Amino acid sequence: MEIPYVIQPRPDTGIYNAKVGIWLFLASEVMLFGALFSAYVLLRVGAEPGTWPHGWQNLTLGTINTLVLALSAITTLLAWVACKTRQFAKFKFFHGCTLLLALTFLCIKSEEYREHLTHYEIQLTDGRIAEGDLRENNPREDYVVMNGRYVADEKDLYDLRAQKNLQPEEIRIPRAQIKEMENYGPWHNTYLALYFTLTGLHALHVLGGSIVIGYLWGPGRRLWKTDPEHFTNRVEVSGLFWHFVDLVWIFLFPVLYLM
Amino acid sequence: MSESHTVDFKSYQRRCLYVFIAVLCTTSLMICASYLPHYSWAVKVTLILAVACVNAFLVAGFLMHLLSEKKMIYTLLAFTVFFFAGLMGLTIYAMHDMPAGTSFH
Amino acid sequence: MQEMTVHTFPSYHEHEEAHAHAGHHDPGFWRGYVFSTDHKVIGIQYGFTALCFLLFGFFLMLLMRWQIAHPGAPVPFIGPLLEKVLGPTMAGHGAISPDLYNSFGAMHGTIMIFLAVVPLAFAAFGNYVVPLMIGAPDMAFPRVNMASYQAYVLGGIVMLVSFFIPGGAAQAGWTSYSPLATSIPTHGQAFWLIGMVLLITSSLLGAVNFIATIIQLRAPGMTWMRLPFFVWAQFVTAFLLLLAFPPLEAAGIMQLMDNLAHTSFFLPTGLAIGGHLAHVSGGGSPLLWQHLFWFLGHPEVYVLILPAMGIVCEILANNTRKPIWGYKSLVYSVLAIGFLSFIVWAHHMYLTGMGTRIATFFQATTMLISIPSVIILTCLLISLWGGSIRFNTPMLFCLAFLPMFGIGGLTGLPLGLAPSDIYLHDTYYVIAHFHYVVAPGTIFALFAGIYYWFPKMTGRKMNEFWGRVHFWGSFLFMNVVFMPMFAQGMEGMLRRMADGGANYSAARVPGVLDTLPNSIMELHTWILWGAMALGLAQIPFIINLFWSIQHGESANSDNPWQSTTLEWQTPTPPPHGNFARPPQIYRGPYEYSVPGHDTDFTPQNEPVVPVTAPKISPAPAVH
Repeated sequence: MEIPYVIQPRPDTGIYNAKVGIWLFLASEVMLFGALFSAYVLLRVGAEPGTWPHGWQNLTLGTINTLVLALSAITTLLAWVACKTRQFAKFKFFHGCTLLLALTFLCIKSEEYREHLTHYEIQLTDGRIAEGDLRENNPREDYVVMNGRYVADEKDLYDLRAQKNLQPEEIRIPRAQIKEMENYGPWHNTYLALYFTLTGLHALHVLGGSIVIGYLWGPGRRLWKTDPEHFTNRVEVSGLFWHFVDLVWIFLFPVLYLM
Repeated sequence: MSESHTVDFKSYQRRCLYVFIAVLCTTSLMICASYLPHYSWAVKVTLILAVACVNAFLVAGFLMHLLSEKKMIYTLLAFTVFFFAGLMGLTIYAMHDMPAGTSFH
Repeated sequence: MQEMTVHTFPSYHEHEEAHAHAGHHDPGFWRGYVFSTDHKVIGIQYGFTALCFLLFGFFLMLLMRWQIAHPGAPVPFIGPLLEKVLGPTMAGHGAISPDLYNSFGAMHGTIMIFLAVVPLAFAAFGNYVVPLMIGAPDMAFPRVNMASYQAYVLGGIVMLVSFFIPGGAAQAGWTSYSPLATSIPTHGQAFWLIGMVLLITSSLLGAVNFIATIIQLRAPGMTWMRLPFFVWAQFVTAFLLLLAFPPLEAAGIMQLMDNLAHTSFFLPTGLAIGGHLAHVSGGGSPLLWQHLFWFLGHPEVYVLILPAMGIVCEILANNTRKPIWGYKSLVYSVLAIGFLSFIVWAHHMYLTGMGTRIATFFQATTMLISIPSVIILTCLLISLWGGSIRFNTPMLFCLAFLPMFGIGGLTGLPLGLAPSDIYLHDTYYVIAHFHYVVAPGTIFALFAGIYYWFPKMTGRKMNEFWGRVHFWGSFLFMNVVFMPMFAQGMEGMLRRMADGGANYSAARVPGVLDTLPNSIMELHTWILWGAMALGLAQIPFIINLFWSIQHGESANSDNPWQSTTLEWQTPTPPPHGNFARPPQIYRGPYEYSVPGHDTDFTPQNEPVVPVTAPKISPAPAVH
């Protein structure tokens, strides 16, 4: 006896098996990201007033990524429609676009990570703090060069939005004056920890989704020839996962970039 | 089959265009809202999240076909949303319902 | 064997499967037994792996009980081996160091819950029995099923390997509270977290499979209210795993970031480790870990008990030869338990300084959830009334389950009530409570299930005499081990003390108020002997299990227990695909002793006999 309702929907539920499966899985993903968002809310509300960062992200890159992902959600849907209307060439085009857009997203994300990891907070022996992008850190030289600014008080580091006309300039700091030096990695504060963890987990989902869509677009397309309806269902189910990944970003973007 | 009606490519393309334009609008709205002067962060956060929910509704409703989905899926998601709300709400309430004069950190 | 497809057009994929598993094509050893996608093979794989972990967890407990009864004394017989394998720091002179004791404690809990009981109760029995009970050819997603087993094995290996790394295995309890879990100088905690991520992945994949299967693959006529209660229990359990595990996975990722990337999700500002200010950013919240952990932690205990209740229900109906009393109440109660279990978690956190309002909320929901639990137990108890009871080994275990679970459940009430929990929290009373529910509770039900379904898997019965020896020995010594712990807890003996409370005993600090009296400390020796005797009582079971596979008395029937449920209406063992064609269901699951019928049981798929004077009344079509 074969497993029924792989392709045809079950009459009383109206759905085929894989669709039930993917929605169940997405429900668990809602709880996963939901827990991380809960952690964000809790840690932010519990933070000392005035110590929560604002404006630390590259808004341009973030906005581009938002639109890239939204566009990829649309190409994903159209790829499924193409399968449904048996236009395989269109499917190849649209999911090809999806994969390119996914790659773009990941590249932009990597660039954002690189920007953070090369951005330093340096505490000087005279009590001042220097903050900026590290340009030169040659161990043989007795100074470091960064493109940034000096601040007198730690509190000025946090709300970049409230501070107008920040003009970074090239600063050279002798090593002898450096008390402590740390880059803006997840260890730096809880905001960055949440940022890297949330976007990192999201990026892993983007990668995973791309691999599945890539498989269907590439070697998996054999199934189209023998059972187009089954193939279409796989495209739909993987498309639902991709749309969920976009949904998460729809909340990630404002929470991490705009608040 | 997930659609009981016949699928028309052109009508989907149009739908997708509208959704994309809507997403462009909501994204710009959110960015503008975050720069509004003279408003507290509480107000801005509420506004931004409300727009984000509209954005999410567009993606879920139209791109994921949630609006035309079967009752069983709705039931599953309703429970999920309830439990997520419980997790977030009760955890945050628990960490704020402290004896007078104390805080949790 | 005829194989008919249910849907109208063939697919390349399905054809391939049919071809690979038609009678003439043998999948071979690797595809047949190791990388199988057949739910029955996977169920047995889960079963044996879980039983091995159960035994290992038991040994960890024996070592801990030795240390408690004889703190600092070298372990007899295996002390030298411990020292050789784990090193002189952990097990110097063959004695268990406090750090090693802590790692045994943490790993005993983790292994018993996540590697033994849940895989056995949910994955092993569920995988083998549920598709058969609903008339399905397999699980909805067979390859996902195989992946779920492989993730489980991988997770188990990671957990076991952690014993041998420098610094040893996780030592912060199975609850892995921060900041302790991030401060211990061992990578064992990271191994624990990675193992947990793998196990959670395995559970999630399994949960998706179970729910989709039960929704989509019920045979024609198998309506929701005709499902055996075991299937309902597994259905709710799968939902608990699906929605409650992800927050722990999120928390696990965050704690892993704390451990490896030096973030401060759960590390508060001003944290000092070893007398020095920790070099972390701070700003985190240890309470956040607790909330996220217990959000899973509480539904997890219902994951431990619900499949067991399902098994007991099936075996009780079968061995009383009458329908279960209150089927509808059972179904609604199990749904209520599933729902409520998500909003009771902070009763594990009464002592964290929560305010009274939130504590009252959680106390109220905790009290509420005891109602459906009692309803289920009551229905099972009333089911015995007027029954024609057959006292075979599975039935003995199920009968013992009832009072044992009763004790476990009732002793949970003072823990669920905040005022009494203030005294009892983190004492041995808690340990006694939950072990009563899981050990002579769930594990008895699992033993019953093994004896009960063994004939379906192998065509042979396990030896009845040695089964009874196993039962009486286990029943007696479970109580010897755990009953004294209630007294110890009420005297104030705390959990997780490597010296068994010696530092707080009247002998060590005479004349001080509220020390642990000698009578309480002497119980340690009783418990140790009880635990060893309990271990001995398992030997007949282990031998019986393996011996009976080849040499057990033949069952002589596909349905030796004369059961009504579908899994007994297949050949023995069921072939790949289970049923030649989809069975048609005509009635509910417990049609035993129907008046006017020839036999005292009517299988669910037995056709309704259309006669002028009907001997049986056809079951009304529900829905």
